[in-house]
Amino acid sequence: MQHGKYRFIAGFLIIPLAIYAVFVISPFVQAIYYSLTDWTGLSPDLRMVGFDNYVRLFQDSVFWAAVGNSVTLLLLLPVITLSLGLFFAFMLNVGGRRRKKAVIGGVRGSGVYKIIYFFPQVLSVPIVALLFQFAYNPESGALNAFLGALGLDGVQPNWLGDPQLALWCVMGAMVWANVGFYVVLFSAGMSSIPKDFYEAALLDGANRVNTFFRITLPLLWDTVQTGWIYMGILALDVSAFAFVQIMSVGPGGPDYSTEVLPLYVYQRTFRDGQAGYATAIGVSLLIVTLVFSAVVMRLGRRERLEF
Amino acid sequence: MSTQTEPAARHAAPKDGPGRAGRRGGEGGVLNVFSHGVLVIWGLLVTMPLLWAVVSSFKDDAEIFGSPWSLPSVLHPDNWVRAWEKANMGEYFLNSLIVVGGSLIGTMVLGSMAAYVLARFDFPGNRVLYFLFVGGMGFPVILALVPLFFVMKNMALLDTYHGLICVYIAYSLPFTVFFLSGFFKTLPTSVAEAALIDGASHTRTFFQVMLPMAKPGLISVGIFNFLGQWNQYLLPTVLNVGDPHKKMLTQGLVALAVSQGYKGDWSGLFAGLTIAMLPVLAAYIIFQRQVVAGLTAGALK
Repeated sequence: MQHGKYRFIAGFLIIPLAIYAVFVISPFVQAIYYSLTDWTGLSPDLRMVGFDNYVRLFQDSVFWAAVGNSVTLLLLLPVITLSLGLFFAFMLNVGGRRRKKAVIGGVRGSGVYKIIYFFPQVLSVPIVALLFQFAYNPESGALNAFLGALGLDGVQPNWLGDPQLALWCVMGAMVWANVGFYVVLFSAGMSSIPKDFYEAALLDGANRVNTFFRITLPLLWDTVQTGWIYMGILALDVSAFAFVQIMSVGPGGPDYSTEVLPLYVYQRTFRDGQAGYATAIGVSLLIVTLVFSAVVMRLGRRERLEF
Repeated sequence: MSTQTEPAARHAAPKDGPGRAGRRGGEGGVLNVFSHGVLVIWGLLVTMPLLWAVVSSFKDDAEIFGSPWSLPSVLHPDNWVRAWEKANMGEYFLNSLIVVGGSLIGTMVLGSMAAYVLARFDFPGNRVLYFLFVGGMGFPVILALVPLFFVMKNMALLDTYHGLICVYIAYSLPFTVFFLSGFFKTLPTSVAEAALIDGASHTRTFFQVMLPMAKPGLISVGIFNFLGQWNQYLLPTVLNVGDPHKKMLTQGLVALAVSQGYKGDWSGLFAGLTIAMLPVLAAYIIFQRQVVAGLTAGALK
């Protein structure tokens, strides 16, 4: 029996574990090792250089531009996306006309809104990024045509071509792609909050803004915190890479104004043949990610309410 | 008796506080208009770009540039034909189907096996393995990609379907194991015990008793993985660049955008975007409830 049990456990774990070890764990471990070498990635020759790559990071102005942009995304993207998500979810659940007996009510047709808002979530990043790249096109894009139609012919920004605006344009597309998911997520959370909480608050004379900050937000806090970490990782890693790589000029330009850490890792490896240096950039990205997660966990620690 | 007092009570109610009730009703009305207003605006912001792409896919290039917001004067379905055949969208579509078909089955089978063992059996090292799997969710994938490229190169897996399938499975395992082991823990133990007492092996108990019981969880995580793998862009961008005929749909779109940019075939590109967009949106609308449940399941746990 016992013997059979262990054989069964080993049989079930061996293949998933082998695949995971070869394609995920071993590359992560190797990355840390390569970050201490001068490996080009083009030939098998490499030499240990200690922390030279990390020292070199401090003099690399493009690296610091990438850190700046990544941190900007990390700080702003979750706040903007989650605030909009909470706002629309609150409108859907509490913004309705008062009905018989119900103190608060959802707006009519909230189901339809939710279906539509969720559209971008099922589309791939390239679809969204290319759509927005077109919309931002200064000569024939939908945005400038729209501004022209409003009579604002003088205001025809260069959008992605303008170093002051480019990062904001990319962020706009990322917000557009993610808000719907959080509307649906928070909306599900809000509808499970007992109605008598609102009833009691309204009887005590609280207005809707108060009920949002005193009841809805605290009770949703766990979900908001999870969303914050998701959005933070999205702002730092894969999603930021894809949006910037597809949308921006260069990519990463103009003038490194949209350069982000994952893109810089990719460019240093596959464009410049500096795999060792690139993994050092990747390790610094890992550090930013871990610090971010730890901060959100710590700041977000609250008493858990069961209801 | 009660039938007589009720209307009276109802009449009396407004007298208690007409001002208060009136003010609140008014607030509700204004709020209602305001909330519908902002909700409609965001709804338009979401749908307009998508509609604009669909409409533009029927225009010719001159119209796309000249009047981006107007409806096409003459329909150009030939854009779609051009995108499907000349720009290889059909081929890319098939490539994505093959790879995602293989990786989705692999992820579900291997992920549920690992999750089941980690959730239901005590053995030394169980927690270590669990956190090894789950820890993969929080690490920046790009860091692993540089060495991964060379791992794949040494194993001759670059630019192959099976190589890509293995990588898709490997990077889907953390969430799948995390979600499904949580799910297996919630299932009652008595049914599996009964099956074991009746003489079923552990393997048979898993496939014939536990998996059918876990169906709701499997559907959720299956939809999550399908969308994640279908929309995957980073992994093929790094690991699948050698053979232009093996591109995934997401890669193909970006390549199309670059090449059409030189050729100036914008209408063909819009048709390509629409071809990539519509099946996913249609599937979403049909399976709306399950898709939303699948994608939000991880965050609500």
